[in-house]
Amino acid sequence: MRRLQFDYLRRVVWGVHNRPGLLPTSLLYAILIAIGFVYLYPLLFMAVNSFKSPADLLNPMVQWVPTELYLGNYQKAYRVLNYLDTLRATIVVSAAPTVLQVVVCALVGYGLARYRLWGKPLLFALIFATFVIPPQNTIIPQMLNYRYLNLLGNIWALLIPAALGQGFKSAIFILIFYQNFLSLPRALEEAARLDGASDLGIFWRIALPGAVPAFIVSFIFSVVWYWNETYLTTVFLEGGIQTLPMQLAKFTQAYENLYPSSMVNIFDRLNEAVKMSGTFLTILPLLVIYFILQRWFVESIERSGLAGE
Amino acid sequence: MANSRTRWRFRLRENLQGYRFLLPWLIGFTLFTAAPLAQTFQYSLSNVKVAVTGIELTAIGWQNYTRALFTDPTFVQLLVEYVIETAISVPIILIFSMIIALFLNVPFWGRAIFRTIFFLPVVITSGPVISELVAQGATSAPQVASSAAVTAFVSQLPALLREPVRYLLTSFILILWFSGVQILIYLAGLQKIDRFVYEAAAVDGASAWEMFWKITLPSLTTTTVINALYTIITLSHFSENKVIKYIHSRIYDVEGGIGYASAMAFLYALALIALLIATFLVLRPRAKD
Repeated sequence: MRRLQFDYLRRVVWGVHNRPGLLPTSLLYAILIAIGFVYLYPLLFMAVNSFKSPADLLNPMVQWVPTELYLGNYQKAYRVLNYLDTLRATIVVSAAPTVLQVVVCALVGYGLARYRLWGKPLLFALIFATFVIPPQNTIIPQMLNYRYLNLLGNIWALLIPAALGQGFKSAIFILIFYQNFLSLPRALEEAARLDGASDLGIFWRIALPGAVPAFIVSFIFSVVWYWNETYLTTVFLEGGIQTLPMQLAKFTQAYENLYPSSMVNIFDRLNEAVKMSGTFLTILPLLVIYFILQRWFVESIERSGLAGE
Repeated sequence: MANSRTRWRFRLRENLQGYRFLLPWLIGFTLFTAAPLAQTFQYSLSNVKVAVTGIELTAIGWQNYTRALFTDPTFVQLLVEYVIETAISVPIILIFSMIIALFLNVPFWGRAIFRTIFFLPVVITSGPVISELVAQGATSAPQVASSAAVTAFVSQLPALLREPVRYLLTSFILILWFSGVQILIYLAGLQKIDRFVYEAAAVDGASAWEMFWKITLPSLTTTTVINALYTIITLSHFSENKVIKYIHSRIYDVEGGIGYASAMAFLYALALIALLIATFLVLRPRAKD
């Protein structure tokens, strides 16, 4: 009887083969929660600090719980970022090049996957090269050309490269589509060819419908990467279009313009709480989209073949 | 004879059809990658003057390169720091993402929530956001980097180690934040391992520990190489990278700035490629002897 009880206890605490017990399970959760906390620490820090009133910031007793729900920082950051206009511009800057980029990358991926092309290894090497070469190595002549063509500060400076398959991180999207189209059964394609379909027709009617997940994944990632990209946008768009990250980068300066430090009282000077509010407002739209579409974000990569075969 | 000729014509037709799909990319590659790359190389060998009408080039040989390597103390120092920081970050990111992937590969309640958390930084990591968070001290390991004991410890270290350790302490979370995509790539790699291999090993009496070292790790070799290369490239292209910022700051020098920045860009690219090759040689799958 004793022995049985002990066995039962052992099974519950330690677990049996392929059914972990209480101890391993709680250990797993403890570790994951600890790592998760460290991982999210910057975000928590940002969220908490953005609600601190100037008095809370000065009060050393206030660390993690602000004494009041103070929204003044957000009002200021909202004005400094010129939020609605900047947000609208950011959406356009991330979505418009993305549409072109995704379509062209689908074409390229299809061409590479479905045809026995001469020089295919070379093509892959060149595509990989576009991923490796740092943007500084190609950006100066482009900038000078755009200046000559009067396209600096214009969305076309991003649209033209994207339409020609040289958008931001295009190599990854080509790879995603390549993997996707490789798995298309050849019999389907041959049947359509016997029925007299043209090459483009096959791409359009047979390959595309099966590639919808690849399109969604590429679209989402391309939007996120364009949204967060600041090197290209600063060089090409500065002076014409402001995106949220660009505006955040010059937050201090913009704040000074709106609230000159000689004109406002000490509580309205720029402090870290306002900066944190600005940072939070910058990432907020993507956060919202992420939590709505998170299944697509996370499961997609596993299926899309970004892992490479 | 005729047969091989028809086959050749068939292949030609297939190639023409296929290259039609690649045409936009080929044009784009020529216009937006190859041509600017060559042009930048020419700048790097010239003294570039910006005038109202355009730019004027005077060939000066390798002077921009020698200036960057032997005269400019900042560039070489930043480049060395970049190599050291990358060499520190990449193993941390790889090990961390592998551990998290191993955790997330086990079914347990709430797995989706944790997966969402660990992928979150990919969505929000942009240069200005990171630089704001770093400036406010939100990215250092909580309460560790600033404590007196740690500061005293760091100041006792030899000069060569001091900067890397300080970098590790102040940007620890930031380093982890670059693991999002890598975790998913590892997860995909883990799911490709055949379950029967584990079952066979279990029948033979292998422990979980042995299975990890003898089955899981060897199966992930290719995945690790991909992850390592991806990590190095992402870190090197990140807009808060100090070398990139320095190169960018020199572009707008009126006299010779463009030429000098171009030369530095090429040196930086060489360092990046050297890092990639070194990583590949270290991690590449080796044939069993």
